[in-house]
Amino acid sequence: MNKETKSTVPTDSEVILGILNNSESVLKRLYVAYFPMVLQLIINNNGTPDDAKDIYQEAIIILYNKVKAGDFELSSKLKTFIYSICRRLWLKRLSQMSRYGGDIKDFHDYAPVDDELEKQSDMDVQFSKMNAALQLLGEPCKTIMEDFYIHNRSMQDICERFGYTNADNAKTQKYKCLQRLKKLFFHQK
Amino acid sequence: MNDGKLLEEIERYLNGEMNAEERKQFEAMSSSDAAIGQKIAEQKEFLKVLKQYSERLALEERLNAIHDEIDVHTLADELIVHPSGIVRLWRNHHSKISVAASIAIFVAMFAMFISGTFNNHDAKYMQLARKVGSIESQTNQLKQRVAQTTTKPGYHIVDKFRATGFAITADGLIATNYHVVGDNDSVYVQNAAGKLFKAKVVFVAPKTDIAILKIADTAFKGLAAIPYTFKRSESDLAENVYTYGYPQDSPVYGRGELTSSNGLNGDSTNYQISIPLNPGNSGGPLMDGRGNIIGIINAKETQLEGVHFAIKSSYLLSAIDSVSKEDNAKVLLNTKNSMVNLSTVQQLKKLKNYVFMVKVYDK
Repeated sequence: MNKETKSTVPTDSEVILGILNNSESVLKRLYVAYFPMVLQLIINNNGTPDDAKDIYQEAIIILYNKVKAGDFELSSKLKTFIYSICRRLWLKRLSQMSRYGGDIKDFHDYAPVDDELEKQSDMDVQFSKMNAALQLLGEPCKTIMEDFYIHNRSMQDICERFGYTNADNAKTQKYKCLQRLKKLFFHQK
Repeated sequence: MNDGKLLEEIERYLNGEMNAEERKQFEAMSSSDAAIGQKIAEQKEFLKVLKQYSERLALEERLNAIHDEIDVHTLADELIVHPSGIVRLWRNHHSKISVAASIAIFVAMFAMFISGTFNNHDAKYMQLARKVGSIESQTNQLKQRVAQTTTKPGYHIVDKFRATGFAITADGLIATNYHVVGDNDSVYVQNAAGKLFKAKVVFVAPKTDIAILKIADTAFKGLAAIPYTFKRSESDLAENVYTYGYPQDSPVYGRGELTSSNGLNGDSTNYQISIPLNPGNSGGPLMDGRGNIIGIINAKETQLEGVHFAIKSSYLLSAIDSVSKEDNAKVLLNTKNSMVNLSTVQQLKKLKNYVFMVKVYDK
């Protein structure tokens, strides 16, 4: 980590505004600013740098979703919030792997964050359901769905990519795929 | 209108792609048909999830891109809390430390072995035989008696050891401890009525501390049928046991429990029992409550209260087998237990005729 990024830790309100405006630079500064703190927590508590990456990104996604949903109230410092979330997530992961010895080495203050995690776990379930449904969908439907709904390509683009003779055929195909995807998504256990 | 078409209409409606007239028509249709209304809600929800999904994928991609720019390895090296000196010493040199420790343990064991720490026959293990009079008092007595021979012709022989023994067969085979008879050949047994018979040692097993005597006296007419049997298997812990023997001139009954299946220092030939014993109980029978001989009383732990030992009956049985082989005459053991249902009082009345005081005299 170089000095330049170290000196540009964004303020808490900068981060919130940055997320709302989809600012790439704020996201980057945020990420770079607090990653060392989380890395320190995890590698000193039986984890690897890869674990730290997973946990930290999960925490950033939680923060991101909360800010986007508009229900983020900063009751403590953002740093404490991120640390607490990561700490909680890591404890959960440790006990799932039964590596938790009942003791965790702390480096910062932390606050209770169980409520935040509960909301997030609902979203996680939907995320993995959607992921599984897409995997089950098969080609070419999967790519068509991803292109249209995720990469926001136009019907015309898709039509060319898949070699459909006209946009109507592509459209029919798209709706068939969408129906199958919905079925897969809603009928999953 | 087929499902695909309907879906398209719904999507157009939700995306606001319909013109005012189409919109009006569509809303009218959906309000008249509840199934369509539900489909619209479902589609709305689904698109929301799909949107969240795609947003999250995009965000993860962005985060991964940022992450790849961080030099995680160097950062991790800086941030790991280095353990204290002793832990680091162990991590860096544990193989060498382990080897050194093994050698140290080996040397210590070797030294203990050489110095005899593992030897079972240490001072605290006292054989139970009662030495009647020390050598000094014996000589004094002898001197006195010799001095008195003018007035009293002949002198009384003093027995050297006194202990207990019990009949194995009705024809006069008797079990006792090896440490009672030792290498002496002048052995007498005295029955409950006070009659003294000469006996010879027919078998000794110094390792298990068992000796087998045979009454070799013309005055001995044999015993009635043996009322007890010999137990082959091991007895269980907490079994109520008793013994009967001659720690003094009159017989003494003592009861307790089986407290361990191993003797001193884990000696598997012995039981540990909680019967109060005195010198002279050595060689006595250890009985369970149902008329079985389960062992021979043999020694006493001198430094602990209430800790005593008995040789397991299986070793006695193998000693009896050896006698059979040596003499080429099968020793027939009693197999009919006539004490099994008797009270302890009744059992003792029977038992007393088969338990002898063993007297050993100097050569």
